[in-house]
Amino acid sequence: MDSRRILIIGLSSNWGGRLAQALEREPEVEAIIGVDSSDPRHELDRTEFVRVDTQHALVRRIVNAAAIDTVIDTRLMVDPLTASLGRAHEINAIGTANILGACSGSQSPVRKLVFKSSADYYGCEPHDPAFFTEEMGRPHSPRTAIEQDIVDAEELLAGFAARNRDATVTVLRVASAIGVEEHASYPALLGLPIVPTILGFDPRCQFIHEDDIVGVLEHAVRYQIPGIFNAAADGVLALSEVISLLGKPMLPILPPWGTTFAASQLRRAGLRIPVEMLRQLRFGRGLDNRRLKASGYSYRYTTREAVVRLRAQQRLRPLLRSGAEPYQYERAVEDFLRWSPSVQSASDGRGASWSPLAKTSYDDLSGEEVIEIVTSLEADALAALARYEASHQARRAVLAAIQRSLSRQPPAGAA
Amino acid sequence: MYGALGGVDQSPGGGNGATLPCENRPSMPEAEPTKLPDTAPDPDTPTRELVLGGLSGGGGVPAARSDLRHFLPGLEPERHVTDWGRSELVEGLVDRTVYDFLYHYWFRVEVEGIENVPAEGAALLVSNHAGALPPDGIMIAKAIREEHRHPRPLHMIVDSPLKGLPGLGMLIAKVGGVPAHPANLHRLLFDERQLALVFPEGRRGPEKPLKDRYRLRRFGEGSFVEAAMRARAPIVPVAVLGTEEAQPTFAHVSLLRRLTGLPRIPVTPTFPLLGPLGLMLYLPAKVRIRFLEPVPTDRLGDEAWNDPAQIQTLAGDIRALIQENLLELVGGRSSVWLG
Repeated sequence: MDSRRILIIGLSSNWGGRLAQALEREPEVEAIIGVDSSDPRHELDRTEFVRVDTQHALVRRIVNAAAIDTVIDTRLMVDPLTASLGRAHEINAIGTANILGACSGSQSPVRKLVFKSSADYYGCEPHDPAFFTEEMGRPHSPRTAIEQDIVDAEELLAGFAARNRDATVTVLRVASAIGVEEHASYPALLGLPIVPTILGFDPRCQFIHEDDIVGVLEHAVRYQIPGIFNAAADGVLALSEVISLLGKPMLPILPPWGTTFAASQLRRAGLRIPVEMLRQLRFGRGLDNRRLKASGYSYRYTTREAVVRLRAQQRLRPLLRSGAEPYQYERAVEDFLRWSPSVQSASDGRGASWSPLAKTSYDDLSGEEVIEIVTSLEADALAALARYEASHQARRAVLAAIQRSLSRQPPAGAA
Repeated sequence: MYGALGGVDQSPGGGNGATLPCENRPSMPEAEPTKLPDTAPDPDTPTRELVLGGLSGGGGVPAARSDLRHFLPGLEPERHVTDWGRSELVEGLVDRTVYDFLYHYWFRVEVEGIENVPAEGAALLVSNHAGALPPDGIMIAKAIREEHRHPRPLHMIVDSPLKGLPGLGMLIAKVGGVPAHPANLHRLLFDERQLALVFPEGRRGPEKPLKDRYRLRRFGEGSFVEAAMRARAPIVPVAVLGTEEAQPTFAHVSLLRRLTGLPRIPVTPTFPLLGPLGLMLYLPAKVRIRFLEPVPTDRLGDEAWNDPAQIQTLAGDIRALIQENLLELVGGRSSVWLG
């Protein structure tokens, strides 16, 4: 892994938090810094959280001060259910421009940028191909503000990639996610006791399991895969198939003509189906996910398996609701855990894997570290160490320190 | 450009295909298995540049990038619907009831040259197209299922606006229709090595009046040939006799067509006289299907698909072949109804 100092933008998103957890287990990663405008929702050991919005100047200062070499942007807001349109535009278009501004420039330490985009980039029309491939672009102009935002964001990224040719830019067009996150359109719709559909349509749908989104992001951090990649699980299911896998009845309650009006009536009854979703319920969408597979990633779940897991989750939800307390971020506690000398990180288990003391091989130690331990060694051990050091790395400072130590101790065998 | 694939209206300004940007065409996946994609990026399209940068960069990326056939998703035995939306259950049900009856008793289909359909590998079937609600596609598919020593599913390439029609669009997908799109045809032929059927006359075939029966319409710009060349799949021309008389079109109601947005509102012996279901009724004409010798497309030199003249020539040859065989079949029959 080339990435050592990582900045995750959108740490408080589900993917951002889980990606940080995954990267914390990597001993090669020196620093993980997370940025978001709200508190993280995942328990993190060594990730440092900075609460900041996507102001260009502030992010740039963090990037430069921490010498960040890899930036992962998981912040894109693609679901109208999760934010208002104005807020979404601010996050998607303006935020992306700010982040890219903070990462660009000849002095910038950033060598890699991973951007989580969305399959909504392609839109949804009757004339669409059955499987979108990455090079197809968008066959028709965007219909909604959110789609326009996604297209704009990707254009900005293409420009960034053209200007910074030595940086690796990876764009992931991620299909609709299903998993723990309940607030997105598809999980919300499929979570209803009876699933409403449009009369006379049975669209093809393709999902990606949450674990795979984290896996794909991690894959993009770990390997050099520049370019655009579709991220969607294997298998495109008919909506009727999905609903029967979930063991629910299907109710074709939305009329094929005047669907938007009917949806607005449903909204009054408390069920909100966004316009993008209505088009998906009509025409469906499939992605060609083979380029990502060819880059070495293997998906953990197929679309069908992801739906089966969703069913298990939906059935368990009422039982688990009263269970474990959700994680709550407390700045003071997190600071104490990270910086207080009283905290014994070894007892933590996870902490040990990244602490410098855990380096096992002598060759991994830096000169200063060796010099620190030299004084505590016995004479014959010092002699052995001197021989080893002379025949291997032969660092002058280390050899001198060993000689100093030896001269202070009585020679071996004199006692 | 979608229209070129044997489904859609070709008239200038008509049909939704005309509004689509033409940039899609060069971005179609390359068919050549070993050749890496062009690494010289187009300066005007930064997005594609980004993609190609990814293709050529590839540090630590295994496998040749242009041939992704190894990475097709595997089959899941628990599923009864394919990734194209084709449903085993629905297709089986329609096959046992409607298709069986039409094939054996109503049209009394006779088949010649079924051995010309390859038992394995990709092939593109090309047929004439007639009837207000044309029965030729389903009869060809049924003939391959019934008569072929190695029955295979046939994917019918249909007009993509049909996908937008409630009910019908859903049904067509479930019984094996695939919307017309160059990328769809390429995936079927090149990646999945399947059988596909196109009607290059497109909408012009079913729309032609009774007096023009068995006179093939224009074959568009021949992009079905281009698709077959890219996929290196042979073309099997098919001549179908009898469908012109099974559901002759007397006239069209263009006002109603414009009001409803349907592809066409024809006047047939039973429609609209007997209501909407009248469109499903056919006269019991005798149907003959003749499969002709496969025409190879892989011996025409490298990247023949970039040569419009060669494409047009081959499309013209195939059209002439089908026309010739149709006239021979028409001349050889003694009765429209008894054969």
